[in-house]
Amino acid sequence: MLNRKIPPTITDSVSFNLHLRQCEQYNLDNSIPVYSMNAGTQDVLLIEWVFEAGNWFEQKNMVAATTNFMLKNGTAHKTAFQINDHFEFYGAYLNRTCYNETATITLHCLSKHIAELLPIVTEIITHSIFPDEELVIYKQNQKQRLEVNLKKCDFIANRLIDEYIYGFHHPYGKYTSTLDYDNLNREDLQAYFHKFYTEGRCTIFTAGKLPLDLATQLNKSFGTLPLQQRVLPNIQYNHVPAEQKKYQLINDAEGVQSAIRIARPFPNRHHPDYQKMQLLNNVFGGFFGSRLMSNIREDKGYTYGIHSYIQNHIGNSALLISTEAGRSVCEATIAEVYKEMRILCEEPIDEEELSLVRNYMIGSVLGELDGPFQLIARWKNYMLNKLDENYFYSSVEVIKKTGAEELQELAKKYLNPDDFYELIVI
Amino acid sequence: MIEYNRFILDNGLTVLVHEDAATPMAVVNILYDVGARDEHPEKTGFAHLFEHLMFGGSIHIPDYDEPLQRAGGDNNAYTTNDLTNYYCQLPAQNIETAFWLESDRMLSLAFSEKSLAVQRKVVCEEFKEHYINKPYGDTWKIMRELAYTIHPYRWMTIGKELSHVENAAINDVKAFFFKHYTPINAILVVAGNVKTEDIKRLAEKWFGPIPMGEKYLRCLPQEPVQNEVRRLVKEASVPLDAFIKTWHIAARLDTNYYTADLLSEILGGGASSRLYQSLVKEQKLFSSLDCHHFGSTDAGLLAIEGKLVKGVLIDDAEKAIAVELQKIQEETVTVSELQKVKNKTESIIAFEDMSIMSRASSLAMYELLGDVSLMNTELEKYQAVSSDDIRKYSKEIFRESNSNTLHYLAKK
Repeated sequence: MLNRKIPPTITDSVSFNLHLRQCEQYNLDNSIPVYSMNAGTQDVLLIEWVFEAGNWFEQKNMVAATTNFMLKNGTAHKTAFQINDHFEFYGAYLNRTCYNETATITLHCLSKHIAELLPIVTEIITHSIFPDEELVIYKQNQKQRLEVNLKKCDFIANRLIDEYIYGFHHPYGKYTSTLDYDNLNREDLQAYFHKFYTEGRCTIFTAGKLPLDLATQLNKSFGTLPLQQRVLPNIQYNHVPAEQKKYQLINDAEGVQSAIRIARPFPNRHHPDYQKMQLLNNVFGGFFGSRLMSNIREDKGYTYGIHSYIQNHIGNSALLISTEAGRSVCEATIAEVYKEMRILCEEPIDEEELSLVRNYMIGSVLGELDGPFQLIARWKNYMLNKLDENYFYSSVEVIKKTGAEELQELAKKYLNPDDFYELIVI
Repeated sequence: MIEYNRFILDNGLTVLVHEDAATPMAVVNILYDVGARDEHPEKTGFAHLFEHLMFGGSIHIPDYDEPLQRAGGDNNAYTTNDLTNYYCQLPAQNIETAFWLESDRMLSLAFSEKSLAVQRKVVCEEFKEHYINKPYGDTWKIMRELAYTIHPYRWMTIGKELSHVENAAINDVKAFFFKHYTPINAILVVAGNVKTEDIKRLAEKWFGPIPMGEKYLRCLPQEPVQNEVRRLVKEASVPLDAFIKTWHIAARLDTNYYTADLLSEILGGGASSRLYQSLVKEQKLFSSLDCHHFGSTDAGLLAIEGKLVKGVLIDDAEKAIAVELQKIQEETVTVSELQKVKNKTESIIAFEDMSIMSRASSLAMYELLGDVSLMNTELEKYQAVSSDDIRKYSKEIFRESNSNTLHYLAKK
């Protein structure tokens, strides 16, 4: 008779010997570095062009993001419609995203169509023209979208908490107003494009079941472009954190929920506490079985979800707790967050809980090593943060070995409620 | 081509195995043949609430998540109008843990009052977060009630209203469980670094002893053909006027489903689609515009929805959409336009099949539809759609008397 009370034996994930698959690296003729992960079974691939063209380098708000967005809105030879129609005809997706330090162009496509697609990416990087009419439409639609977002308490809260931590004049802390869109003009975009794309600095990442001649094709399309020659300005911003720590705001008097953000500054990946903090954070609020979720969702039902995480920044970062909770339980939710911080400061985590979190984290890492796109994303992250595979192996060691006492010391250092900004938006 | 092996246990549980030695992981996916459409009209939101309760402890195991996390696994679930799907991923060595957990909660839940009380609150917060506390959050509640008169697609998965979730009682929970959560009404898919013979053994061991249960025979009122124009105007404190219009389309297994899918792509799938190019870019009537459908098992809806540029009259915007719809009924789409949406479909399928998790859930879904081999043959059905099919089917569905229009206006 099967005894269902006895769990099957498991292999502790911490006993796994995790291996990070190596990424190939080569340079194009103009010294653009290419990182390449040839893996996977489906005939699909991803190519990402990462430019040092994020909002870090802009002098006027939204110039970087708008330049990046409008890369698909017209070249000297093709209208926006023709560009979109070309990629969509081949079932390909050309996306672009602007971050703080970098701005990217990402192509997902069936491997067999790559030769038809690369030349158009070249054209976009070299001959985008930012037509006035397209800019007018973009401004109008973005302003309307902003107006809708400003009705949402979570949107408002995300903007303000960043401003408190970094200051409004820091790229991590600033945000957009209608006026910023009004002030955009074509000349700004063209100048930014020329400096940071056409003659900018670029790194290429490729992954998937790669065609044998991909390096040749990339070299043909991108290896002769005037990239990589310019030395980009070394811009440093001061953090100007807010002095006041607690904020409350009513954005919608009829709102039935409040967006809660609790945050403090935290160093970047190069700080010796960073990896250990990832472990402590998992215990605290980093996954479904964390203390914040178990207490505030699964025991009290105050919220659909509550999470804590370290923001994904290359420079100095922040530790953030984020949730949307019922309006009547907002104060109670905040009190429980601080209570969980204090418990981590005052009591060592018991071995049973800690081993669960270790196993869960190692299992997750193992899952994330599966598939070419996930692998290249990890490598990209390391490259952009100026790390290497040693970072991977040391983070695995930290998960496996950091002890309860050390984590308690870390909690005392970083989970003191007095150090946190606190914001409620209704 | 996705390979799989299929067998059925004596108690009626259908099992599918997809072997992939390239991954260190395994996925265990269990689909239960019950969704929001199977709910009582006065107790809506129940299938979804129930999904939450499935994590509140089973008859021999007080907590589902903890042992799974200890085994290095992670899990989630979702409920739609048609089905409820649970999946977990863990290192392949530890796969038996997933069998142990999943079989115990198929055998019986613990039916804890505390879990019910907490999850009622959690789901109410989910309801508020997504459907009440967001501008335009009730759009689809209103549209479903307008478009469906008797079919249970009338309500959203989250439920018609908060009170239905708030009033759910433990007896409802038990009745629902023993009616739907049985081997005969479930499909188990295992994918990843596994061998079929091992899965057979594990399935027999853990799921074999569970009583079969009764096959749930679905007998839902099907929506009659709509023969009247339905229109509604709603005012709310939103910043922009929004336009939403739907038309009834074919059920998931109908040949016309593939035509409708491609049609929605031609009209609104991407920045080179007809509606986007004409109405957002050229005429500048909408600031955003989308055409989509729900892929629902029973006859579904094709929708066009967008937000208007400030100052544009909603009647003018609606007329401009009508002009585009008139065109597609009268002029045959070009060869390259049709090829474009077929290429796109091929690409979507290839990308979907990249992860074992999505392969597992697709296998379960096709098995539920009645033919798992569709997973590998459906692209042919798309390839077979002709320009003439598109034109004819457009004529059939874009009748005004088959439509439901909602003007969601900013309160002045």
